[in-house]
Amino acid sequence: MRREIPLIITAVVGFVYVIQYFIPHYPFNNLNGWFSDWFSIIGACAIWLGALNLMRISFDKVYKKRRDWGYSIIIILSFALIVVIGFGGGRDFRDLGTNFDWLYRFIYTPLSATMFALLAFFVASASYRAFRARNLEASLLLVAAFFVMIGRVPVGDALVTKVAGLISLPIPDAVLPSKIATWIMNYINAAGQRAIMIGIALGIVSTSLRVILGIERAHLGGE
Amino acid sequence: MMKQDLIVYLGVLILALVFYFVITEPVVFSPTVSLILIGIIGLVLLYILIKTIRGQVFGRRTVFLFVGIAVVLPFFMSIRQDIKLSPEVEELYNAVMALQPGSKVLVSLDYDPPSAPELQPMAESFFLLCFRRDLKVIVMGLWPQGPQQAELAIQKILDRPEMASRNIRYGIDYVNLGFQTGNEFVIQRMGGSFRSMFSTDYYGTPYDSLPLVRNITNFNNIDFSFNLSAGYPGTIEWVQVAVDRYGVKLGAGNTAVQAPQVYPYLRAGQLTGLLGGLNGAAEFEKVTGVLGKGTKFMVSQSFSHVIVIAFIIIGNVAYFMGRKQETKKKQ
Amino acid sequence: MEIFGTWLAAFFTLGIISFLYKDNPWYKVSEAIFVGISAGYWFVISFWDNLYGKLYIGISEHGDYMLLVGAVLGFMMLLRLIPKIGWISRWPLSFVVGSISGFYLMNYFSSNVMAQVQNSILPFFSSSYGQPMFSASFEQIVGNIVVVVGTFTGLVYFFFSKEHKGAFGGMAKVGIWVIMITFGASFGYTVMSRMSLLIGRMDFIFGDWLGMIQ
Repeated sequence: MRREIPLIITAVVGFVYVIQYFIPHYPFNNLNGWFSDWFSIIGACAIWLGALNLMRISFDKVYKKRRDWGYSIIIILSFALIVVIGFGGGRDFRDLGTNFDWLYRFIYTPLSATMFALLAFFVASASYRAFRARNLEASLLLVAAFFVMIGRVPVGDALVTKVAGLISLPIPDAVLPSKIATWIMNYINAAGQRAIMIGIALGIVSTSLRVILGIERAHLGGE
Repeated sequence: MMKQDLIVYLGVLILALVFYFVITEPVVFSPTVSLILIGIIGLVLLYILIKTIRGQVFGRRTVFLFVGIAVVLPFFMSIRQDIKLSPEVEELYNAVMALQPGSKVLVSLDYDPPSAPELQPMAESFFLLCFRRDLKVIVMGLWPQGPQQAELAIQKILDRPEMASRNIRYGIDYVNLGFQTGNEFVIQRMGGSFRSMFSTDYYGTPYDSLPLVRNITNFNNIDFSFNLSAGYPGTIEWVQVAVDRYGVKLGAGNTAVQAPQVYPYLRAGQLTGLLGGLNGAAEFEKVTGVLGKGTKFMVSQSFSHVIVIAFIIIGNVAYFMGRKQETKKKQ
Repeated sequence: MEIFGTWLAAFFTLGIISFLYKDNPWYKVSEAIFVGISAGYWFVISFWDNLYGKLYIGISEHGDYMLLVGAVLGFMMLLRLIPKIGWISRWPLSFVVGSISGFYLMNYFSSNVMAQVQNSILPFFSSSYGQPMFSASFEQIVGNIVVVVGTFTGLVYFFFSKEHKGAFGGMAKVGIWVIMITFGASFGYTVMSRMSLLIGRMDFIFGDWLGMIQ
């Protein structure tokens, strides 16, 4: 029962979605609507599961006084703070000027934004230490990156026209870095991305088929 | 806590206090000072190049420092840049301009604050363009933070003096439907009925009490759609479901990380125009004639790209010189 | 409150940036608050927008009782927190996996395979279907050839069931060049993206907080 019912659910739901692609009429349109609604509710519960699990782990860490347990207290307190404010604010909890909005603007936004902004430093340092034109392939990568980086900001064209002006060399529009970058993006990049896209899609299609037919059961885990 | 840490913290605090209370006026460098500063940075880079060729590898903190300088310094320089339009941006602009006044535009903001520097300027200029053209805007989000970012953007636009005479009203000229979990399934469900996915709007008002959306059943009633995306779910899902299944006309603004991946859709005509990264935002600001943060940030963007390229060149020159010396030794 | 908020935001921004110096308590405190606040944020939003706005309102005001099935499945998901009966969560999980599989099977095939193949094979000399002959510009003609050749050879490179030798190997070689240029372009865009985010934060520090920028 623990395995069979999930397998049946997967197969039925999967088939319904496939069929409704071709027959978007009764009863498949209704089934499709219901399933999408349920998916959405399960999604919300999955978010709750993740948050509650984080709390469980944090409480456990504090209770057992594991290493750095003090930070877990901070996690619990900040979670409790926003939850109390969020629920206490009623349906209008996030209107502009509310406490929730304040937390969002002054705590959530700077923290999350800076976390990702840090990557700028690491990407630059990695370029300096590891980005080498060791062979033809690596050189192509480097040259493409160069043109895109210089061509997508105004300084590229400005530099080229200025240097060309100094030695009074006429520069046709087509060889300006911005044009080259646009060309790379629209043609070679589009081709390469398309090849990758088709490859991945074929992989997804075959895996999905295996899941629906019950051949692939990894999501059910071990007994 | 180490004593060293405390000293560093104290240093940062003092510096911040000095900047905050002593420098009360905005700092602007004259062109000469800017040139001198750029020259000094160039010389230091040259020094690093020579040192690297001689075999010294600089630690990552050196690179960090230069990145920081490249980003911050341009804020104080008065440099103007000529931003050129790329065909992808022009296509989006033309598509919006071709819409009749009163057309309904669905805008989905699928991003969170980390991507706001790139996408928020796009959102602002897009909303402005819509309000100017008397288009009716319906906002939603597949990311919970999206509708909240939309509120910030719309508020900023409505505060502009030119908007005062237009009398833009919530519920009639624009609506924020809020967020729903379910990723692409939300789009799929909207294909059948918007109402079933969004029983209430962002403020908890029932769907049928909103004059703008009351008569909107599904995508058939939408004239154009715009999606701002920072990943999953985002533009790819909108193309797959809304465009390919329900025939919606879709334009997109993407973070630069995601933009290259959607070019095949652009080429295939599944997307009508694309704003890629801060550069796309700046271009869109130029074409709409409202110079905002996208344009302002482009100077820093230019400098930081030049610094990254400079470090790549330094690394490679050192690599090739090192290899040459090795082969000489072997001979 | 606004000024206090700005100072607090600056405190956290610098706290995260302090990681560049080294892993230190200031960073760790900021990180812990980030984890707690963002988990709580999602918790609250998914309640009001979904569990209340959709489920509760849907049932109580619109009488959509089918939503109860979703509620039961969602509740089963939460049972994962109780190890003894955690296996029940496989039911909603298999529902999710089934939905995604069925959905992706068709969407990916039509949008990412069929549409892409169809749009790779374009007329050589006219700008698009239905347009007169020789209406395409030189750039378009070259571009169309590049896209067809690039996509095809790129796919050949990903085909590992046959050894990359001879003419096939040659095509795979061209394929890898195309893929490399693609990766280079992606790298360039990644640098652009990361720098933009940093610029945004620095604008906050020197502009909104310290007021040093015009």
